[in-house]
Amino acid sequence: MKNKFTKSKDKKQFNFSNKAENQRLKSSSVFFDGLIKNNPTFVLLLGMCPTLATTTSAITAFGMGISAMAVLIFSNLTISFVRKVIPNKIRIAAFITIIAGFVSLVEMLLKAFVPALADSLGIFIPLIVVNCIILARAEGFASKHNPFKSIIDGFGTGLGFTVALVIIGGTREILGSGSIFGFSLYNPAYAASLFTLPAGGFLTLGIILGVINFAKERKHV
Amino acid sequence: MFSSILTALIINNVVLSQFLGICPFLGVSTNLKTASGMGIMVIFVTTAAAIITWCLQIFVLARLDLLYLQTIVFILVIASLVQLLEMILQKYIPSLYNAFGIFLPLITTNCVVLGVCISVADKNYSFGQMLTYSLATTGGFLLAIVLMAGIRERLEDSDVPKFLQGFPIALISAGLMALAFMGLR
Repeated sequence: MKNKFTKSKDKKQFNFSNKAENQRLKSSSVFFDGLIKNNPTFVLLLGMCPTLATTTSAITAFGMGISAMAVLIFSNLTISFVRKVIPNKIRIAAFITIIAGFVSLVEMLLKAFVPALADSLGIFIPLIVVNCIILARAEGFASKHNPFKSIIDGFGTGLGFTVALVIIGGTREILGSGSIFGFSLYNPAYAASLFTLPAGGFLTLGIILGVINFAKERKHV
Repeated sequence: MFSSILTALIINNVVLSQFLGICPFLGVSTNLKTASGMGIMVIFVTTAAAIITWCLQIFVLARLDLLYLQTIVFILVIASLVQLLEMILQKYIPSLYNAFGIFLPLITTNCVVLGVCISVADKNYSFGQMLTYSLATTGGFLLAIVLMAGIRERLEDSDVPKFLQGFPIALISAGLMALAFMGLR
């Protein structure tokens, strides 16, 4: 029963955090949002450059996805930690600096431990800096939520990106080279090498998006 | 030199072969006017950024053995350049500033700019080579985005199945374009 005594108790409860959103967001919903509902590649259509360029085979796709996920998790974490001390005007520049730092780190680690992968990913490792996904998550989530949820969001979104890349990469590899993750499936002579070429990348992504749209339509009808 | 320009423009087109600048390529190419505006902006920003980063690379980063800072320095140069350009345009040519609206800050995250700067640094181009490469590559971007805008404007009037509308058909068109350009090798 509400009377003048219960009112003050209600007020106290909401003074714990200055962001009410923090309390209503469950970690699991944050995770699955990034993975499925707001999948960066298939739903938000962000980060198209590496998607088309690094999916010539499933392994490079996986490598790219994991690298981007690592950068995403750590930059989300860092930005979430410092979100209250960064002045609003230089917000974007600060985010880019933090992200660039982690990308440089990842680049050096890749070149040192898996140089073959670093070679095949080439210029797209440093280009993770301008990957719209990471900046979008930094601006849209990490700057507004606590570090723990930001890690979950980074993990979910990064995993969504990786899964999408591997799906596209796997398709292109199976159709284009007759193998998957390096294991030969059928005689490459029968493969349509178009799919490992840039044109094939566009076509594969376009068709996959079309299929997803088709599935969405059928669900709503 | 003419052949290298032709290579960068058409045969190794930055968007259709090197996969840089896909986001604006797909996002801004719905309208011929905005597409050409974006393309010209990219040419300008990239060349300016290429000059600055080339100087930084040779005179600062290499001399002081700070090559590991390359990514951070380059992207900061690009971001500040775009910010500066925005402020200058806003003050001196406000009509142009209003016409470009949100596209200017978007160029910061354009893969083409950073891609060209890093390529130039990696391949150790001379000043002249860098200029040629930058202008030809971004010219290729302009070419690709204007072609795409033309195609998409036509597509709006045609009968595309509902599930292919928007991005999927744009990507498929881009794929066909890439195929066509491939034939020029």
